[in-house]
Amino acid sequence: MIYDIAVLGGGPAGMAAAAEAAQRGARVVLLEESAAPGGQVYRAPPAGFTVPPDADSRAGDALRATLRQSGAEVRTGCRVWGVGGGPLVPMDTQAAPFRLDALAPDGQSFAVQARALVLCAGTHERIIAFPGWTLPGVLGLAAATILLKAHGMLPGRRVVVAGAGPLLYAVAAKLLKAGAEVPAVVDLAHSREWARALPALAVRPDLLARGLLWRAQMLARGVRVVSGARIAAAAGGEALERVLVGDTWIDCDALCIGHGLVPATEATRAFRAAHRYAAEAGGWVPVLDGDQRCSVPFLYAAGDGAGVRGAAAAPASGRLAVLAALHDLGMLPDHAGARAAPARDFARAAKAGGAMARMMALRPALVQAIPPETIVCRCEGVTRAEIEAACADGAADMNQMKQFTRCGMGPCQGRLCGETAAELVAMHCGGRERAGFATGRLPLRPVAMDALLGDFDYADIPVPNAAPI
Amino acid sequence: MFDVAVIGAGVMGCSTALFLARAGMKVVLLDRGAICREASGVNAGTLTMQMTRAALIPYALRAHEMWLRMPEWCDGGHVLATGCPGLSVAFTEHEAAMLEERAHFRRQAGAPIELVTPARAREIEPGLSDRVIAAGHCPIDGFTSAYLTGRAFRPALLNAGVELRENCGVHGIKPGFAVETAAGVVQAKRIVLAGGVWLQDMAAWLGVTLPIKVLVNQLVVTERMPQVMRTVLGVASGLLSLKQYANGSVLIGGGWQGIGDRARGGLAVKPESFLGNVRLAAHTVPALRDARVVRAWLGLEAETADALPAIGPIPGIDDAWIIGSVHSGYTSGPYLGKLLAQAICGEAPELPLFPIDRLLAQEKAA
Repeated sequence: MIYDIAVLGGGPAGMAAAAEAAQRGARVVLLEESAAPGGQVYRAPPAGFTVPPDADSRAGDALRATLRQSGAEVRTGCRVWGVGGGPLVPMDTQAAPFRLDALAPDGQSFAVQARALVLCAGTHERIIAFPGWTLPGVLGLAAATILLKAHGMLPGRRVVVAGAGPLLYAVAAKLLKAGAEVPAVVDLAHSREWARALPALAVRPDLLARGLLWRAQMLARGVRVVSGARIAAAAGGEALERVLVGDTWIDCDALCIGHGLVPATEATRAFRAAHRYAAEAGGWVPVLDGDQRCSVPFLYAAGDGAGVRGAAAAPASGRLAVLAALHDLGMLPDHAGARAAPARDFARAAKAGGAMARMMALRPALVQAIPPETIVCRCEGVTRAEIEAACADGAADMNQMKQFTRCGMGPCQGRLCGETAAELVAMHCGGRERAGFATGRLPLRPVAMDALLGDFDYADIPVPNAAPI
Repeated sequence: MFDVAVIGAGVMGCSTALFLARAGMKVVLLDRGAICREASGVNAGTLTMQMTRAALIPYALRAHEMWLRMPEWCDGGHVLATGCPGLSVAFTEHEAAMLEERAHFRRQAGAPIELVTPARAREIEPGLSDRVIAAGHCPIDGFTSAYLTGRAFRPALLNAGVELRENCGVHGIKPGFAVETAAGVVQAKRIVLAGGVWLQDMAAWLGVTLPIKVLVNQLVVTERMPQVMRTVLGVASGLLSLKQYANGSVLIGGGWQGIGDRARGGLAVKPESFLGNVRLAAHTVPALRDARVVRAWLGLEAETADALPAIGPIPGIDDAWIIGSVHSGYTSGPYLGKLLAQAICGEAPELPLFPIDRLLAQEKAA
């Protein structure tokens, strides 16, 4: 069977997209990697866990309820490793239905096909390398939120929180509430940056109020908030023991750090869609029209994966994408009427989200400060000096740098090192546009061979004809 | 005015340019992209005799030694070349017969391949499946990290005085020769076309019709894993190449076909090719079941009508040369470039070239 629409990723954008499609009568399937839809901000606790409700969990539950009631087919716990079809067909053949290859929770392989594909792949966290960042005990802000939200676990007893954006204060507040000691919150942004962002946040008084509450909690608990500062180094023996801020070492057993969010463009890169570099939206993003259409026909991107605008803006962009898809498939007569409300919602929410995204944009000064011997690619053990040596040897873009150093060839597939490495290459070749990005490759995630292989007989392997002797 | 303009900075173009420059010629090496970023940088790096066409064995044997000793002749540049034994295995009687026949032809051409029992094969390669019924063993085998090829050649090229112009696409050649690029015309007394699958387009600049078929070869690599093998493994049909690098990653290839073409490059892995290739690999080395696949990619390989190389002068056009379309061309690459450089310099090459007259004649007959 060929679905009308497949939605990849069940965060707020994907949940809203799939629900909208099902409500309008489309055959739609949503594939999500986690055990339940929700995404990062609205992550559902695992089965058997209960966490006290808050604004996020209520918003997430509402989206999940709408999705459930819509009748959309939802397949959770599915690791999508392959994308194909669409424009990825032999020359002189018509575009094919899109195809997603995935592993089900039981390890079985399956594929779904759809006439239109809506990518709601979210983001991954940017962590710019610094001395000691690979020590156990150093983790991302996003990882910390998973621990805290979904599992009710503390990353450490005495936790420094550092980096950029609102997540900093969200994590710090949750840590305090859960009983951790937070000796310091180290914010890259100066107070004046927050002040500049206030007018944009005014359209979302609920978010603004929550942010102010977090700040008040910090003050009440005596948390030292250091503005306009960075973690210069982390140190310890087997694991993290202290971090350096300015010229002060702060003792801690965990550091939660994040330097912003990077849109997940693995799938749009694999489809060879057009991309543009938009630092204020998190980095490379697919080129979209006003209705979330990519440059590839019947391919759409929504949510933060299409450019960071925040969870609040994501559902509206997901709905816009699906409405465009239905229109393009000839299944929606009154597109203009249908899109008006989500377009308005998206514009309003994206204003506040955009202000936060700007604060989380990559800060080149962090990259410039990396000492030469610091590891940038932890999978392959590649240092800044080695990347720069490759550039001196003629690597003038991300692909050639990757070839010359192995940076980005490990299991993280370039997600952890990519931003730092790209900035280093950009410094040598004249900007991120010139540095480009690593060509999109499958699998989208590392995939266990055993699950792929299944049971087979040798005779079933379709070995091609022998090469000439 | 350059003595030679070499168009295409893959392994063939780099090697030709290097040896021409060392022979005293003023050389410009042009590529529309970066050095060794197409097939030469993304191939499986296999230095095997058991996938090499019999006619190319003498060349591949000499090139094998060049790869292993690359730092000595390439100003220290290297591709982590590693020598090890190679096994080509059979799982069925049909494959065993094919193995025997192919080993015979390759042995006649000079490859020291002997047929061994399954027990002996597992002594040589303990990781091998017990379903193997016969194997060809060649002590001369090995592999490189092909992604390092551009980095290995670049300093030597510059030291030899080659003017390397990357990201400098050529779109035509006028007699004389005036090589037309986006950055202006480059004048050269001689030209060498070394454009891999794009040789067909390049030959057309000179009014020569040289059909080149495009193979879209797929490669798959695993995450690092404990040692599961220590040789280069293939199968009788040639449709598998398997080796584990020092860092623990296992590279799975063998020429399974993906989707792509000259115009768009390697576009997409075919799920059925991907699955077939990894199943064949895991059938050969069962411990690969424990691996995780981290990346798959495609590279374009050129093939002439008779699947033998196009290396020699271009008929009817003085001082125009061509090199490419060599089956398993990376294996033989550095030696073939050296041979062509000898011919261009007016010397008799150590081994014969593969002139393209036969391919053009075929075209006329058709």
